[in-house]
Amino acid sequence: MTDHNDAGAAGAPRAPQGGANPYDDIRSKGFPILTRTDFSDVTFLLEVEHPAMARAAKPGQFVIVILDEHGERVPLTIADFDRDRGTVTLVVQAVGKSTRQMQATLHAGGTLFGLVGPMGVPSHVSGAKKVICVGGGLGVAPIYPQARAFKEAGAYVIGVVGFRNKDLVFWDEKFRAVCDKFIICTDDGSVGIKGLVTLGITQALQAHVDVDEVVVIGPPIMMKGCVETTRPYKVKTMVSLNPIMVDGTGMCGGCRVKVDDRIRFACVDGPDFDGHKVDFNDLMLRLKRYKAEERDALERYDENCRRTKLPHETGGAH
Amino acid sequence: MARKTIRSIPQERAFMPVQDAELRAHNFDEVALGFDLQNALVECERCLVCPQPACIEGCPVNIDIPGFITRMIKHDYRAAYDLLTDSTLLPAVCGRVCPQEDQCEGVCPVGAGGTLEPVAIGRLERWLGDKAIAEGWRKVSHIERQPFRVGIVGSGPAGMACAADLAKAGCKVTIFEALHEPGGVLRYGIPEFRLPNSVVDAEIGAIEALGVEIKCNTLVGRLFTIEQMLGEMGYDAVFIGTGAGSPRFMDLPGEGLNGVLSANELLTRCNLMRAGQFPAYDTPLGLGKRVAVIGAGNTAMDAMRVSLRLGADEVHCIYRRTETECPARKEELHHAEEEGITFNWLTNPVEILGDEAGNVRALRCVRMELGEPDASGRRSPVVIPGSEFDFEADTVVYAIGTSPNPILGQTSKLKLDKRGYIQCDEALATSLAGVYAGGDIVTGAATVILAMGAGRKAAASIKDYLGIRDSGRVYAPEPAGLEGSLFGIDLAERNFTHVRLI
Repeated sequence: MTDHNDAGAAGAPRAPQGGANPYDDIRSKGFPILTRTDFSDVTFLLEVEHPAMARAAKPGQFVIVILDEHGERVPLTIADFDRDRGTVTLVVQAVGKSTRQMQATLHAGGTLFGLVGPMGVPSHVSGAKKVICVGGGLGVAPIYPQARAFKEAGAYVIGVVGFRNKDLVFWDEKFRAVCDKFIICTDDGSVGIKGLVTLGITQALQAHVDVDEVVVIGPPIMMKGCVETTRPYKVKTMVSLNPIMVDGTGMCGGCRVKVDDRIRFACVDGPDFDGHKVDFNDLMLRLKRYKAEERDALERYDENCRRTKLPHETGGAH
Repeated sequence: MARKTIRSIPQERAFMPVQDAELRAHNFDEVALGFDLQNALVECERCLVCPQPACIEGCPVNIDIPGFITRMIKHDYRAAYDLLTDSTLLPAVCGRVCPQEDQCEGVCPVGAGGTLEPVAIGRLERWLGDKAIAEGWRKVSHIERQPFRVGIVGSGPAGMACAADLAKAGCKVTIFEALHEPGGVLRYGIPEFRLPNSVVDAEIGAIEALGVEIKCNTLVGRLFTIEQMLGEMGYDAVFIGTGAGSPRFMDLPGEGLNGVLSANELLTRCNLMRAGQFPAYDTPLGLGKRVAVIGAGNTAMDAMRVSLRLGADEVHCIYRRTETECPARKEELHHAEEEGITFNWLTNPVEILGDEAGNVRALRCVRMELGEPDASGRRSPVVIPGSEFDFEADTVVYAIGTSPNPILGQTSKLKLDKRGYIQCDEALATSLAGVYAGGDIVTGAATVILAMGAGRKAAASIKDYLGIRDSGRVYAPEPAGLEGSLFGIDLAERNFTHVRLI
């Protein structure tokens, strides 16, 4: 890229700009990473500086991240945002090539090549008096700002979060601060109740007959389970869908989902939909689209990493 | 010099080399290689330099075609380029992708008799555009700074044309682009073998040289709204050129199967994300071996030719009408046929069939025939009863058109028309004061040059709205005496420009 700053309009005086406009500094490439926190071997948090996005972001929205010039466009839910600090928070689970490479290369002081958003329709924080906010695994992060928004709107908030085991638990303190009641579920029972989040939901629904709404974010199989759990109770259940995306602006239809037997694009019509109307089998089938390519890319990446690491000591030899 | 006649001009079009069909079907290099100087000059000789040139009217931006050709004949290529770029901003692009047979070349009298081919205006325009890029020619005007800031939404042909005109008028222009690279459809849509990325980069560079700032990774409507641009962000005017965008599907059973995708997705993965180079680039494509593309427009042609180059064994076009109604450019259709794409006319899919793993296995199709002409005079296709058959395919690509992108409608008070496109008046003004729109987001999917024309028209309206004296316009003298004027110039015109070409 060349610098075009003084090309063209030669000799023209700089147009005087009155007062600092907060939007003048909109960064369009090279987004600085302020902090990184590792929650576990596979989960880490990035706090990225983007004041304009921090101002615009609302619960339920997502961003698309590009690691480098060769990178793919990866959708990530906005886990939190801080308008004062001018940052958005992303929580990443290193499951494939791109996210593993992010885990290896992104650190505080570094930059992200691309970051665009906020995308999607913000979650509708309804006037519900009593809600259950459910997060599973990585979904625990994005459900947090929703729980907070409901709390701020004066609702009675029941938080239900699920992890595989105790070591993977994060943000429990943060959650307790915005929840009236908080239930942790783990697969092995190492903390909280032993079982899936559906068990937590059932307990909550039985203890509180007046729940107006359930909001769920997590892996599709978990959201499907939650939707089936709440269906007999006829409680409105909102889910945040995570189909494969490319542009995230409604241009390609890669993220199309079936809701109420109609095609909807999750990136512009969602990502939140009424869970009782979502065709989860369709979603889960389409998420398998690139399984072979994903496995390939990951194997190749791991192989390369191992090879480049062999001659060196472990540690940052760049 | 004796006046040229239809008999005295070279009868055959000058030779333009094209990459061999067998070879090019496996690479992404440009297919049409362009004129060399000698052939360009031969082609120039074919122009009759009509006193009342129909070609100028046939061009959506009214390029003075005989004018630039005359200058080329005099070997004054720089002057020819300067004249050309009075009207068009992307000659190297438009010379390549305009459907000239429906525009300038379609009305050229040389071709009117039917025995000769019209003057190859597009190829001459392209030759000049390429020459300018090679020589580093820039048409930099003397720009008189204005105190106005204009925000442009979308960096496709409409947005870039509008931005360039406003920058020349002295406004401080910022383009906001949602994707990580600028260019819109020139970048993600039209493939490398029709429009090389280097050409797009060069043309964008020329616009940046005018002082236009391009901000990528910025999704207007979500990061900030149109209303915020006019308010707290301090833009004096806004132009919206976001394109049509959202692909249409048919709502057939089986559309959710893996291997069904839109042409937009296929082309974006391939052109913008370089999925063809997976795994060196991270975006996968997952193209099958037998690809069926539904539709027969330019997007369908691009999708088919890209599929072929990415290693599909067989590529089929499925279209419910006949070749006569096929909306793609004749040249593209011809190139596609040469490369070995099979066309299945009068065929329409009714269902997509899958295997146990949820992948596409086949298309269930019906045969069609053309019925009686309807009220609009178009013969619409009718299903032949009992003609159902299964068409084997492992990838199905939809290229049946687009519908308007919903984001700006969701997040602003802009008035939309019945179909969901932005509603504009003659001057391309929207329902919000100071906000103008043009290109596909107003008209639905059209051509690059029409979008550029709309961008320029909107730029003229914005200059009017801001009270900038437009050097390209003749102003009527003020009827009232000298009151409210300074040296005879209306005080209400807050500024005036003088343009000196250097």
